[in-house]
Amino acid sequence: MSSGTPGANEVAPLIEVLNVTKVYGQGESEVRALDGATLRIDDGEFVAVMGASGSGKSTCLNMLGCLDVPTSGQYLFRGVDVGKLDAHQLALLRRNYLGFVFQGFNLLARTSAVENVELPLVYRRVGAAERRRRALRALDDVGLGDRARHTPAELSGGQQQRVAIARAIVTEPQLLLADEPTGNLDSARKVEVMKLLVELNRTRGITIAMVTHESEMAEFVSRTVTFKDGVVAWDSKSGEPPPPRSVRP
Amino acid sequence: MIWATIVMAIREIRRNSMRSVLTTLGIVIGVGSVIAMVTLGRGATAKITADIANMGTNLLIVTPGSERRGPTSATAPALKLEDAKAIEREVNAVAKVAPISSRGALIVYGNKNWSSTVTGSTNDYFVVRGFTIATGQSFSDAQLQGGTPVCILGETVRKELFGPQDPLGAAIRVGNVACNVVGTLASKGQSTFGQDQDDFIVMPLGAFQRRIAGSNDVGSIFVSASSDKLTTKAKQQIESLMHERRRIALGQANDFAVQDMKEISNTLGSVTGALTALLGAIAGVSLLVGGIGIMNIMLVSVTERTREIGLRLAIGATGGEVLMQFLVEAVALSTLGGALGILFGLTLSFVATRLLKLPFTVVPDIILIAVGFSATIGVGFGFFPARKAARLNPIEALRHE
Repeated sequence: MSSGTPGANEVAPLIEVLNVTKVYGQGESEVRALDGATLRIDDGEFVAVMGASGSGKSTCLNMLGCLDVPTSGQYLFRGVDVGKLDAHQLALLRRNYLGFVFQGFNLLARTSAVENVELPLVYRRVGAAERRRRALRALDDVGLGDRARHTPAELSGGQQQRVAIARAIVTEPQLLLADEPTGNLDSARKVEVMKLLVELNRTRGITIAMVTHESEMAEFVSRTVTFKDGVVAWDSKSGEPPPPRSVRP
Repeated sequence: MIWATIVMAIREIRRNSMRSVLTTLGIVIGVGSVIAMVTLGRGATAKITADIANMGTNLLIVTPGSERRGPTSATAPALKLEDAKAIEREVNAVAKVAPISSRGALIVYGNKNWSSTVTGSTNDYFVVRGFTIATGQSFSDAQLQGGTPVCILGETVRKELFGPQDPLGAAIRVGNVACNVVGTLASKGQSTFGQDQDDFIVMPLGAFQRRIAGSNDVGSIFVSASSDKLTTKAKQQIESLMHERRRIALGQANDFAVQDMKEISNTLGSVTGALTALLGAIAGVSLLVGGIGIMNIMLVSVTERTREIGLRLAIGATGGEVLMQFLVEAVALSTLGGALGILFGLTLSFVATRLLKLPFTVVPDIILIAVGFSATIGVGFGFFPARKAARLNPIEALRHE
């Protein structure tokens, strides 16, 4: 995936979203999920993407995760125009540079934690022994080194999400995308998972973009971006005060 | 990567072992029945061919009457000893000629009796039919020409009348005729049609005609061609000779028949071959049905694992890799079914050949074909579900409940 690397252009920012629109459907049923959104994320940031449902935050995350491409505008990943890549190139981009954490964990059932963590390395053609070594280290990093042989059914929700995080970081991605990572957890586990993400961000320098609708999660992150009607309505980086809460119904 | 995919497929199959076994059942039965049918068919063909060869080497049988049986055929004149002599003299493609007459008779020795067949012929009969003298000796020239009532026993008759006793020199009664035993024949066993080939006794033709049949007719003439390449030529020569001798005008129907045992063997062989092909084809249909079963389960599996597919696509699997994964699973399933089917088919045909007293021969080419076919079915029927999986949109797949 040489086209995904910055090459000589070392200064290209990690993520640049320039006036991106995303339109689903046609005619009457047309939905403008993103309507001219612009956003820049630099290395080492921990960004919470917030907004009401239908605000475009999930569409934005799918776009950042190269699961979807813009209808118009540009999404530059390290200077590479993602909108111009085909499905195969998008898959290679995800494989080599991205990590995903989902609300529903999405672990393979009846498969041990360590094998779940190994999965992205299989697609990276990492040999079996090296795969196992790195997967076990990633499980250690999330504090589950002693649970490597357990299947998801034998783990608590918080532990399952930590396995999913291990799976996301085992490839040492440039960007970790988290879609409501705490949505399925009780409050104690929420804090546990958020602390883990913050620690990975601080100590390993992993850039994280996280979609959440829980405003209390914003306390853990370095930057909050709020979407409304398909555009970035507020960015904590701009220094302006947050919009009044009463906006939300 | 291919290795990892295969390992993944095997793990997936083992994870759902019950379902996998049930899925492969169609292939198991399909491959099994193809192999069983073909193995049995080949066994039957081999048995028929061997049996006909066992009746005698390069055997031709001349019989009176038309080849087509029916009400139109008037009673054809019987063959005579002279016909046999003429064949021997004038047809150069023949090795041995044996005129034969047979009749059922009750054979009595001491207080035992046995209902059997008595055949009048010459020593050439043993050569033509492939019998060998086990004890004693064949008929002497004097016995043949003088019409002395002597006989040689088939193994079954010997066993029934004499048991452990030595039959040589014993006097038996054949119908109303007293007769001395001069020899016994080695056993040939049962023929294809379940006949006991050893249940008969042989007398010199002259003695049989005079004392038992009471006429000098000959029932049929057994001829052995001098080599297996010459049977057709010998048949033609005999036919034209018999035409002359029986004064049959050109265009008139034959009132005799020359049967070539090799032809009969070939005909029977092609009949059993066709039957084998037919049964094999029917079994092949079940193989196809088995393939559809695999496709069904793979489609269910793709739907069931939609989220898993979404995850794999999200973490960097390409569509091609997902396609390959499901294709390998389908092929692994069908190959597993093929392997089990081979075991099943060989066991089945082994048991069946034992029961039907047929030779059991493993036919390697049909096993290769069955395995190749089942793997092909895996690819063919696995492709559609696999493509469905590969074309899933990762976002929607991840949202799938």
